[in-house]
Amino acid sequence: MDNTIRGRVLKYGDNINTDIISPPQYMELDIAEAAKYAMSAIDPDFSTKVQEGDILVAGANLGSGSSRETSPLTLKYLKVGAIVAKSFARIFYRNSINLGIPVIECGEADKIQDQDVIEINLEQGIIVNVTRSESYVCSKIPPHILALVNEGGLVPYLKKII
Amino acid sequence: MGKTMSEKILARAAGVTEAAAGDILWVNVDKAMMDDILGPRVEIAEKMKEIKDEIWNKEQVVIISDHYTPPASIKQAEIVKFTRDWAAEHGVEHYYESIGPCHQIMVEYGHVLPGKIVLGTDSHTCMGGALGAFATGVGSTEMLGVLVTGKTWLRVPETIQVQWQGQLPDGVMAKDMSLKTIGTIGHAGATYKTVEYNGEAITALSLDERMAITNMAVEMGAKAGLMAPDQKVIEYLQSRNIAGGYELLESDAGASYCATYDFKAGDLLPMVACPHEVDNVREIVNIPGIAIQQAYLGSCTGGRYSDLEAAARILKGRKVKRGVRMLVSPASQDTWIRASRAGILAELAEAGATILAPTCGVCVGLHSGLLADGEVCLSATNRNFVGRMGSKNASIYLGSPMAVAASAITGSITDPREFL
Repeated sequence: MDNTIRGRVLKYGDNINTDIISPPQYMELDIAEAAKYAMSAIDPDFSTKVQEGDILVAGANLGSGSSRETSPLTLKYLKVGAIVAKSFARIFYRNSINLGIPVIECGEADKIQDQDVIEINLEQGIIVNVTRSESYVCSKIPPHILALVNEGGLVPYLKKII
Repeated sequence: MGKTMSEKILARAAGVTEAAAGDILWVNVDKAMMDDILGPRVEIAEKMKEIKDEIWNKEQVVIISDHYTPPASIKQAEIVKFTRDWAAEHGVEHYYESIGPCHQIMVEYGHVLPGKIVLGTDSHTCMGGALGAFATGVGSTEMLGVLVTGKTWLRVPETIQVQWQGQLPDGVMAKDMSLKTIGTIGHAGATYKTVEYNGEAITALSLDERMAITNMAVEMGAKAGLMAPDQKVIEYLQSRNIAGGYELLESDAGASYCATYDFKAGDLLPMVACPHEVDNVREIVNIPGIAIQQAYLGSCTGGRYSDLEAAARILKGRKVKRGVRMLVSPASQDTWIRASRAGILAELAEAGATILAPTCGVCVGLHSGLLADGEVCLSATNRNFVGRMGSKNASIYLGSPMAVAASAITGSITDPREFL
């Protein structure tokens, strides 16, 4: 994997919790069906408008609430390329890493708007907003965690070490 | 320098003499718990076959079907069946089904012990901190790693100290202390950290009540919610014939805290968390006249024996208002039986409540009591996120078991002290 990710932004606010990303009523369905209801409490069109490689950008406390891995799993199923937020809830952050989804903390995430095109440099910790010709400092993913993400997540990593 | 409980427990689990906040340690997991909704069916069963389809130590794994029990659809029944079969195929003898929410079952059956590391595929696993265990929620893939290796890496968290002094007034419950704490610290105020609760008002609480507080530590983003294990914990374990083999670890006097909050229990009033965030906390006296259509008493947060007893004290000889459905789900089969024998369930039913199975179903909107568009519920549970209990156009308020009982009588959110 190249350590730069480029994509179109889908932008949301603060406190996008796991009940919003992965509504409990639909969790008994197979992921293909359940994914249709991702984010439906705040954006019923999410599953139809999201395209491969889109970058989900949110405000503070993204992924709060449940430990349900169906939240990042749904975003992975919908082929979201990366997740950027001002801050993350702990378990969601760890789950995303374990599934091989790049998650980046950026204090300036508020400056990124819906439909902007951004380019994230994971090693340097810089986000370039191509649409607005701006750049922001973001968290760097530590090398050992980046290795895990580049491997595709914890499962491929475990396959190597066991 | 003194050490915090987190530093001590994680050092023990990692086999090192000392640990400090910020250290990243590989720890041996004492108990690994999976539920039905986020257990083997999510990633684990399929991916484990690709790695090594064998559990590191079957004795240390617990599987509990609780969210989809009793199943409300064929899909739900299939998930429970899959979970049960998977447990049997992998030789997991600690499998429980239909006897209540996992966190309560973990405690009742001796899987949560002081000084131990407990991981579970449910965020409210942190409840086990009431017994002095470092208990925390993990995702399914993380759990898969634990199942095949028995280990995981954890960063030793900083600790926020929450001190509750004084004595709780009548009509004010541990749940109110929990909501007040969350309202003050904020829903992300303890992210990545341990919240350690102490002070005389905590010590005075029964284990039942203490668990209503540690259960909700994650609602501040916390990794763990801990209380020093004391004589009450030992007596509880002895009363259930749970053998020793545990260590009572507590923070040293000179332990380092990243923040300290002081609360006075004597000044506390009945609280509610208003939609749609758990830290949106108000005193009930300041939000008059909010009509409700559902009153829910139950779950791993608000369905324990002392909760049912407190609600029955208010509802005994009174009636649930017409137009309100009051649902009661005891926190476990054991709680159900004890409350039944004591006449508590009969008193609640005579008042007009519907007594349900012990289950997670209502709390997380899976079955047994979903909300319609525009409906309002006062719930003794732990989360009021938009859409959680049914329609995204419904509203959930969180309050104490006594507040739920009082509000069921009046049909609007009511200060339970009016009925004492």
